[in-house]
Amino acid sequence: MSLETQISDLRAELSAAIAAADTEPALEAVRVSALGKKGSVSALLATLGSMPPEERRTAGPAINGLKAEAASLIEARSGELKAKALEARLAAETVDVTLPLQPAPTTRGRIHPVSQVIDEITAIFSDMGFSIAEGPDIETDYFNFTALNFPEGHPAREMHDTFFLKPNAEGERKLLRTHTSPVQVRVMQKTNNPPKAGYITPSIDPPIRVVMPGRTYRNDSDQTHTPMFHQVEGLVIDKSSHIGQLRWVLEEFLKAYFEIPNVTLRFRPSFFPFTEPSMEVDVQCDRSGGEVKIGEGEDWLEILGCGMVHPNVIANAGLDPDVYQGFAWGMGIDRIAMLKYGMPDLRAFFDADQRWLDHYGFRPFDLPTLFGGLSS
Amino acid sequence: MKFTLDWLKEHLDTTASADEIGAALTMIGLELEGMEDEGKVLGAFVIAHVVSAEQHPNADKLKVCKVDAGSGEILDVVCGAPNARSGMKSVFAFPGTYIPGKDITIGKGVIRGQVSNGMLCSAMELGLGNDHDGIIELPQDAPVGKKYVDYAGLNGVVYDISITPNRGDATGVYGIARDLAAFGLGTLKTTDMSPVTSKGKSPIGPLPHEFGPDEMKTIRKFAGRYIKGVRNGPSPAWLQARLRAVGLRPINAIVDITNLVSLGWGRPLHAYDADKLVGQPVLRNARAGEEIDALDNRVYALDETMTVIADDAGPLCLGGIMGGIRSGVVDETVNVFMECASWDPQLVARTGRKTGIVSDARYRLERSVDPALTEPGMELATRLVLELCGGEPMEPVISGEDVYPDTVVQFPLSEVKRLTGLDVSHDKVIDILSRLGFTSEGKGETLSVKVPSWRPDVTQKADLVEEVMRMVGVDAVPVEPLPRLSHVAPRILTSIQNRRRIARRALAARGLDEAVTWSFIPHEEAVRFGGGAESLQLANAIASDMTDMRPSLLPGLIAAARRNAHRGNADIGLFEVGQVFLSDEPEGQHTYAAGIRTGTARLTGAGRHWSGKAADVGVFDAKADLAAVLDALGVDIEKLQLVAEPAPWNHPGRGGRLQLGPKVILGWFGELHPAWAEAMDVDFPVAAFEIDLDALPEPRRKATKSKGALDVSPLMPVKRDFAFLVDRSATAATILKAARGADKALIEDVTVFDVFEGAHVGEGKKSVAIEVTLQPRDRTLTDEEIDKVSGAVVAAVAKATGAVLRS
Repeated sequence: MSLETQISDLRAELSAAIAAADTEPALEAVRVSALGKKGSVSALLATLGSMPPEERRTAGPAINGLKAEAASLIEARSGELKAKALEARLAAETVDVTLPLQPAPTTRGRIHPVSQVIDEITAIFSDMGFSIAEGPDIETDYFNFTALNFPEGHPAREMHDTFFLKPNAEGERKLLRTHTSPVQVRVMQKTNNPPKAGYITPSIDPPIRVVMPGRTYRNDSDQTHTPMFHQVEGLVIDKSSHIGQLRWVLEEFLKAYFEIPNVTLRFRPSFFPFTEPSMEVDVQCDRSGGEVKIGEGEDWLEILGCGMVHPNVIANAGLDPDVYQGFAWGMGIDRIAMLKYGMPDLRAFFDADQRWLDHYGFRPFDLPTLFGGLSS
Repeated sequence: MKFTLDWLKEHLDTTASADEIGAALTMIGLELEGMEDEGKVLGAFVIAHVVSAEQHPNADKLKVCKVDAGSGEILDVVCGAPNARSGMKSVFAFPGTYIPGKDITIGKGVIRGQVSNGMLCSAMELGLGNDHDGIIELPQDAPVGKKYVDYAGLNGVVYDISITPNRGDATGVYGIARDLAAFGLGTLKTTDMSPVTSKGKSPIGPLPHEFGPDEMKTIRKFAGRYIKGVRNGPSPAWLQARLRAVGLRPINAIVDITNLVSLGWGRPLHAYDADKLVGQPVLRNARAGEEIDALDNRVYALDETMTVIADDAGPLCLGGIMGGIRSGVVDETVNVFMECASWDPQLVARTGRKTGIVSDARYRLERSVDPALTEPGMELATRLVLELCGGEPMEPVISGEDVYPDTVVQFPLSEVKRLTGLDVSHDKVIDILSRLGFTSEGKGETLSVKVPSWRPDVTQKADLVEEVMRMVGVDAVPVEPLPRLSHVAPRILTSIQNRRRIARRALAARGLDEAVTWSFIPHEEAVRFGGGAESLQLANAIASDMTDMRPSLLPGLIAAARRNAHRGNADIGLFEVGQVFLSDEPEGQHTYAAGIRTGTARLTGAGRHWSGKAADVGVFDAKADLAAVLDALGVDIEKLQLVAEPAPWNHPGRGGRLQLGPKVILGWFGELHPAWAEAMDVDFPVAAFEIDLDALPEPRRKATKSKGALDVSPLMPVKRDFAFLVDRSATAATILKAARGADKALIEDVTVFDVFEGAHVGEGKKSVAIEVTLQPRDRTLTDEEIDKVSGAVVAAVAKATGAVLRS
């Protein structure tokens, strides 16, 4: 058999074997059988040494050509086999990515609207230079009424439907505060005694600018009244603050809170024992669609009470009402939450129905800030 | 308070429109709550003749009436009123008529098998007062088929205003007219209240005030007049219409006159049938055990703090509140004794509160009634009686003294600007005050202002500023920004306020919903969670399950979870951050944060899922929530002790306590005790925690905000595992603490990576495997050094727990 025939047969044999190798080990076996030390191509190469020079001159390139050709075919086949193996692995590893996740905890937990609205109120008033003050829920008659200029036996006391506690060991009958106004007195009151508990805001020397959110209680229950509710109260005491500035504070607050530029307010003279002059404030709204829309329409909706702090209240706190003056206002947190976010029934606020909380609650990272917007 | 435009015009000469008046009322502080033209609202109601009224065949309490309403046919109408009877005249609504008192439109219907073509109406159904005892009864001469509003004189605008407790002067139409006139809406008309000529000595003497020196005396001055020989009976149509329009039921002429004066001038009166009095009436306080059968047909128990007008047979009238039936004036009354008295407003209010009687007299007298009207009011009433019923007036009998505050306020005119920011000229201030009845003296910067007798609520400068502002309007006050304070603003939130905010967000981020539950809980639940003291119980709870101030947030959360479970949602995570009450003192109020997980509501999700089914919640879910709160609050948990001593509500073997030193308990966590679960009707797994945010240590405030340099070793840490065999009761905390303490410089971390029990480790034993991380600082550790530390770890754990290293 001539060398040419030998090479040509071996080429055909090798290329068939390479093409037939369908795994990396099989291909490796072909490589060893051809190009290994004892391989068929290596054996052919070994014959070169015993050839005459002129014969070697033609046989050398032919056999080396076969070796290079075989190596190249094996490399190409190896690439093919790797790609195929990867493809197979990827196919095997494929999953249904549309399968639903377990909801992340942050998609489930919700902040109650009352907490959220208190945070919103805090954000707005902190920007106006107010800090947050607090006092106890269980109060004395003095802080809830007397210091606030509610005369004993005055019909205004009756408007409050007060909850009383049973007499304590000292025979004193405490009550649940009917409004957040006792905190006003505690903040204003000149005293050298620090409060007995850390959460109670110590008295502040004027100028005073505080906002007082908290739980309040009245013995009343229907769709818009619950025996427990939330109020926020504001107080400014200095030597010059007047009704013109009260109007500004309330207008700025309500615009910021409702996040609309056009809030129109109507101030009506009214009566509260602890302010003089006293006013109730209505906000212009539209109720034609069943839901109240602030900032449009022709209706008025009562939203808060306010006035200049009564001279008797200033004097009761130990300040001279001819020197110090200021204003105060109060409103229902639950109520303004209902107006902004559209809850129809106050009673549901305190029922902890998960469906209600999930619907009306706020995401844990919906942080009301002025720089990020109060609500998303 | 309701009044009509016509009635107002009796006292106010005005060209203002009904709408202008309505708007003005609100702007001067007499808030308009409603304004309706009754003629339009009630125009469809007609007068009808009840031809016959037969028992309904299928209903005991119903009647089937044949009604002639002037339409040319006799209609069948089913009626439930007890007074429906053959031959009466009443008010009828055809099908399709809107019934304002019920907010419905009546249709044709079949009631218990009988056709009903309309409705016979009560006063309440027409929105005219609260009388719903039966259908309206009209006199026999009422014209059938005619509009009821025309017949009853109800055409015209009715205002309904709300009167604040300080404005007793505005509880009469006259006072409202005075305010509107001062506002510039017309001229006030005066009424002749001059004394009538008396015809002789009164058969009833002045009423003696029989009070002991220490007794509370509600009466101030009593004016009475005996009017002899009146012809009582229904009052004239105009008077009946006037009362009906504002929701009052006409009774008879004398009684209607007292109501007219009460509503018209804010001056309540009471009329007695003089022939029913036994002996000379006196003023005294009621005696223990006395009762009065009052005009509202109810019997009230009286006590020694309540002043009554009484005769020899007992109380006739509860002073300032309501008269009694025994001496009431009826159609047949011939001799009348008319009372016009002034009373102490606070004591009237007190008696009103005690008895719970709400009457037109109390409404006015507790707000205060002009003392200058006591005798004139009686004269006015006398004039009206003489005019409408005839009779002979006897000399008035007067006893006691009115109380006039006679307040004079020194009023610096600069006060208006000081408090409102508004410039009002001195002349305008003086003009406004004078139109409201205040008299001013002095010409300089400060006026002496005398307060009129009808405004006892005005006592100082600020009150006068309000009067001026009321008339000028708050809208006139220019809006002015509140200037920023020059000093640096204090911290907006205190530490505890901030903690609450952060705790809420941290717990919500763990998948819990924030609940806000009642501060008051049922007594037995308060007791169950360590509360229930008498001084924390409400004396006047609104409901039997809202009696005690809560000692813990958990009862509210568990009850909420139970409600959710009853709605079909037993996998629930809730938390609350709120106040609890450990005593009735301010320092007894603490802010707690509490969380509860039920069913399978774990951090990673509840219920079944393709990736795996959630297990029931357990103690470690609660512990993880608690730890997350502490971490969010920046509390160094290493400084706190977590001990296996659970709260009473905890499963005793599946709960723990968090404390700061041996005395300060910060909180608890764990599974709900099975006995608590049973008592609280809980049939699903509950894991909960509660922590006292007030008791948590404050993070130390450092002088610098710098975090210091990062100290990391360039050398690789070395990890070594140890498996110990210990008693089942030994705690992981003890093992970890001992291991950490074996070489504080070298040991950086110790964790538990395996715990198991079983027969092969022995009864009462368990295997605990820990991984210890050693961090070399300056050079690589040699094998000898590592072996030495390992030996120290084994020895320390063995010493602390009696553990044996497993081989």
